[in-house]
Amino acid sequence: MPNQTTASSPIVEISELDFCYGSVPALHGVNLSIPARQVTALIGPSGCGKSTLLRCLNRMNDLIEGARVVRGSIRIHGVDIHGPEVDVIELRKHVGMVFQKSNPFPKSIYENIAYGLRLQGVRDRARLDAVVEQSLRGAALWDEVKDRLQQSALGLSGGQQQRLCIARTIAVEPEVILMDEPCSALDPVATAKIEELIQELRSRYSIVIVTHNMQQAARCSDQTAFFYLGRLIEHAPTRDIFTSPANPQTEAYVSGRFG
Amino acid sequence: MSAPTHRFTPRSGARRLREAVVVALFRAATYAVLLAGGGVFADILYKGSRTVFQAEAPFINTTFLFSSPESLHVFEWEGRRREMGDREFRAFREREPGAADVRAESFVYSAGGIWPCIAGTLLLVAGAMSLALAVGVSSAVYLSEYARDGRFIRFVRLAILNLAGVPSIVFGLFGFGMFVIFFGWNVSLIAGWFTLAFMVLPVVITASEEALKAVPQGLRAAALALGATRWQTIRTAVLPYALPGILTSSILGIARVAGETAPIMFTAAYVVRDRLPWEVERAVDFLFQGVMALPYHIYVVSSKIPQNEYTERVQYGTAFVFLLLVALVAAASILLRNRLRARLRW
Repeated sequence: MPNQTTASSPIVEISELDFCYGSVPALHGVNLSIPARQVTALIGPSGCGKSTLLRCLNRMNDLIEGARVVRGSIRIHGVDIHGPEVDVIELRKHVGMVFQKSNPFPKSIYENIAYGLRLQGVRDRARLDAVVEQSLRGAALWDEVKDRLQQSALGLSGGQQQRLCIARTIAVEPEVILMDEPCSALDPVATAKIEELIQELRSRYSIVIVTHNMQQAARCSDQTAFFYLGRLIEHAPTRDIFTSPANPQTEAYVSGRFG
Repeated sequence: MSAPTHRFTPRSGARRLREAVVVALFRAATYAVLLAGGGVFADILYKGSRTVFQAEAPFINTTFLFSSPESLHVFEWEGRRREMGDREFRAFREREPGAADVRAESFVYSAGGIWPCIAGTLLLVAGAMSLALAVGVSSAVYLSEYARDGRFIRFVRLAILNLAGVPSIVFGLFGFGMFVIFFGWNVSLIAGWFTLAFMVLPVVITASEEALKAVPQGLRAAALALGATRWQTIRTAVLPYALPGILTSSILGIARVAGETAPIMFTAAYVVRDRLPWEVERAVDFLFQGVMALPYHIYVVSSKIPQNEYTERVQYGTAFVFLLLVALVAAASILLRNRLRARLRW
């Protein structure tokens, strides 16, 4: 059971954030502090803006035409990530992302993990070997794949592929890991493994996870933020959200009465 | 005993008849195509193989494949009818006493072979495809990965589409005006490369764009999220996986580049040239020389020289070799594509 500390200092601070896709507003005045080395779950019905917020944190929304921050700011370690001095490439090395649909490259398992380091120009074989092993161990995949590192990553099962994507992300040593419904395409056994993995990772990384699965949020997060129609309705320690929500909308959602 | 009736018993014969007639029509159309195609191929293979193959070892007519075209001289000598190529005939006249003033009938291009045409066509294809792929893939990458959809980009796409509909003779005229005259390249290999490359550009661009679009979006997202720049993403996570598709398009391009006569007749092709393309004094001359080419040679020997009993041999032999060459080049590309595909499948 995750310990419900709130004393941890925030790593990401979102203040008064308004975000639009073209002329369609997606987020209104969101204020949210994400604590370091904890798991923060973003929940809410489809279209509530939780994925949009997640993709703001590593500026993946930059790739969508017309998507822009209208007002407010996102600060990571106190730096406004939309500021003119921020290199989005450097930002993404610090804020890694795991996607809803596992997306390993059609390369070997080894090359998938080494990809991020190779981008940075690392050629040293010994270092690559070390990082590959360390990352696969970190993602609880090493024992399953150590004998077939040179085989295609596409030969892995869905759950293994998703853990491979997590290993690939931690290989570049980010501080924050964003997870966009990482288990929505997985069966319950694979989901349980990912959730266990999240528990192990939370001691070293700050994790933000978007999920549609309320039990998942309850099981593996320290903080939960409930979104509805582009607004942050309630943000509190997970136990409070699920046992004594302050807002009636939150209560209705977590008890399954809508959404 | 009457036929068993149940609720699925067919009701109307007319409906079945109509169905049968329609199927028969479609089938007949398909077979007509097969017949026409098969007829053309069989004719060329049958008549051409008599030129290209021979009864004695090495069973392939190496003279036809690996020597230059010559005039054929036909004459009576010692009561026998003799047929000789130009060089052989000169040697014969010097060697044999009393042969110096033998009268012979001459038929141009009916002896020797087509080696300069084979070499010329291969060079034209290689150069034009390299150019077209370099320019075409680059612009496809720009259009599908970088450019934001706007009025200008829509205009560019429209232009590309229109370019695909331009008849090849117009490309020939364009190449003649632009490269041969304005750039002063004369009738040359390089003018032919550019003209042919321009002709296949629309095919290469359109197909490359399709191939790039077919690469799953997730791979781009994964690369970017790991801190790749746009170009790193394209180079390592998009282009390699689009390559098989791009190659497929270039296979079609190869057949067109090798086959079109109109674009090269003003820009690159010579009726006849004694020297082979690599027999040049300075390296730069290589680019600025005209070459013989298979499709143009077929045109010349079929319509530009007097027809006689000896011309058919060259016409069909050249057509046979031409078909074979295009098939070989295409087969090589398909093989390469399949190997890439097996390695890079997602």
